[in-house]
Amino acid sequence: MILGGIDIIVLSATLMAASTPVLLAATGELIAEKAGVLNLGVEGMMIMGAVGGFAAATVTGSPVLGFVGGALAGAVLAMVFAVLTQVFLSNQTATGLALTLFGLGLSALIGKGYEGVRPPPTPKLDLGPLADIPVLGPVLFSHDWVVYASLALVAGTWVFLRRSRAGLILRAVGESHDAAHALGYRVIAVRIAALAFGGAMAGFGGAYLSLVRVPQWTEGMTAGAGWIALAIVVFASWRPERVLIGAYLFGGISALQLQLQAAGYAIPVHLLSMAPYVLTIVVLVLLSALHRHGAQAAPADLGRSFHAAR
Amino acid sequence: MNRRSFLTTTAATAVVAAAGLPARAADPLKVGFIYVGPVGDMGWSYQHDQGRQAIDKEYGDKVVTSFIESVPEGPDAERALTQLALEGNTLIFATSFGYMDAVMNVAAKFPNVKFEHATGYKRADNVSTYDARFYEGRAIQGTIAGRMTKTNKIGYIGSFPIPEVVQGINAAYIHAKKVNPDVEMKVVWAYTWFDPAKEADAAAALIAEGCDFVLQHTDSTAPQAKAQEAGNVYTFGQASDMPAFAPKPRVSSTIDHWDPYYIARVGAMLDGTWASQATWGGIGTGMVGIGEITSEVPEEVKAEALALKDKIASGEYHPFTGPLNKQDGSVWLAEGATPEDGDLAGMAFYVEGITAELPK
Repeated sequence: MILGGIDIIVLSATLMAASTPVLLAATGELIAEKAGVLNLGVEGMMIMGAVGGFAAATVTGSPVLGFVGGALAGAVLAMVFAVLTQVFLSNQTATGLALTLFGLGLSALIGKGYEGVRPPPTPKLDLGPLADIPVLGPVLFSHDWVVYASLALVAGTWVFLRRSRAGLILRAVGESHDAAHALGYRVIAVRIAALAFGGAMAGFGGAYLSLVRVPQWTEGMTAGAGWIALAIVVFASWRPERVLIGAYLFGGISALQLQLQAAGYAIPVHLLSMAPYVLTIVVLVLLSALHRHGAQAAPADLGRSFHAAR
Repeated sequence: MNRRSFLTTTAATAVVAAAGLPARAADPLKVGFIYVGPVGDMGWSYQHDQGRQAIDKEYGDKVVTSFIESVPEGPDAERALTQLALEGNTLIFATSFGYMDAVMNVAAKFPNVKFEHATGYKRADNVSTYDARFYEGRAIQGTIAGRMTKTNKIGYIGSFPIPEVVQGINAAYIHAKKVNPDVEMKVVWAYTWFDPAKEADAAAALIAEGCDFVLQHTDSTAPQAKAQEAGNVYTFGQASDMPAFAPKPRVSSTIDHWDPYYIARVGAMLDGTWASQATWGGIGTGMVGIGEITSEVPEEVKAEALALKDKIASGEYHPFTGPLNKQDGSVWLAEGATPEDGDLAGMAFYVEGITAELPK
């Protein structure tokens, strides 16, 4: 299906693959922020996942183990953050920024031996007759398993936050850690678990970058994807279903502008690249206008350290 | 170091640097570099760092080199350059086009520090420029691509629409067209020197448009990896040889050999003969190298490409030789004419036949 010189099918299919890394990272960060922890180290955790996943995949020869390794690498880095901010009560903003710098440096060091190496390929899932459906087949049913896993994880996150008791506890911790503590919930433990999940998801996303989307290891290869994930969480006003929309919007615009160019359009690239960020600001303004008298969209205790007084 | 002593030392260093006290003979010459990407990009910045290491090897104890990598073009570059100057580096290499104004600003503040700016065109008494004629390599790539393409579509990933990149697009197109009149050129601007994910997406978009050759003017090997994944798509190593992707998709490469230039300039500093100058080396001077043409390329095409390389190296042939028209059909070069270097250095138009529009 060609529309104005753009193959809509190719565009939609690229969009899903291109958005997967930030979608995963943003979903993880959403859980961490819902628990009241602001971890600005997403970029660092992603790049650790990228190098960890790449190393695991090339050493074992199995892309699946690669993704596991990537998630583990991200989670390990998140644990550094957890110890510093939850146990030693360090400033979350500063620690998060430091985590990004640390991750970028450490990944470059670890990755030295992996430059120019080719990772084992991650095959597209064979969904049989589904892939042969016109239009829908190539758009929806011709991806690798990680794309579907990322969608399942978003759905799972939604169910967890909205429909489960554990999700309710996590939200309680994020909204008012004092109240949650008074009720007998272990605030620090919940937050550490949320951070671990966030790190694992960021690492998973990073591994997708180095194993599928690029696919190779290069120093600094996340090139700001972690910051986009952070912006998406705000854009989504801390709701998983909107994270999905945000990630596909951000990924869609970047894929669209490249395809428009390849098709020979002279388009104002800078305007298009700017669009998602402008939208984020608009959404923020709308949210604060809408919520003037009610609850804020952000978890009330986001970014505050918890220290049990009693 | 506490804050006060930091400030004092910084101020003292600044005074020393500004006063330009002659360094004692025993002191090694300090040489600083800033790179636009990480040294591990395996392309542009990697190749500059090879040049830095060559300085270390050549002069040993007489020099101390240092570098700052992944310095964004813009205000950060000015900060990084100032830092290198304050640290006592007396020769500083700024290795990306976008550092140009930052170099000029910092050079004005440190008249006794010498600056070398790659690919720029602004000079001062303490600022030299150096550049390589990358377009000579592009002429050879265009010839190979024009001969080998089956879809007659050649893709080109541009970084920023600046003369250095536009020269490459034009040279590749002219030479592809010369051997294959049906060839079409598709250009995608990434607006970055280094972003593997974006470069990979750009390559994927070109491949989806039917291009079976993807040329890149960005710094990472991501487009190579994407081409490898796609199968029947060929590429050329950019800035560095990128041998990991040979014999296919990488069928040849343009290699930037900065080592001889860097060694010569540091040598000039050491014996006190450094003077501001503009250097534009090519295949002939060895600054541009052509990497091995692999077995994927048919013998006769390889021979044709190598013959072209020899003609360019000897100066017998200029890749921009008239008759050539600009994209709008107006005459650029008359029959047999070649452009002045000054004209080339400011090239801001496509040649006739390229259908895309050059962004402003």
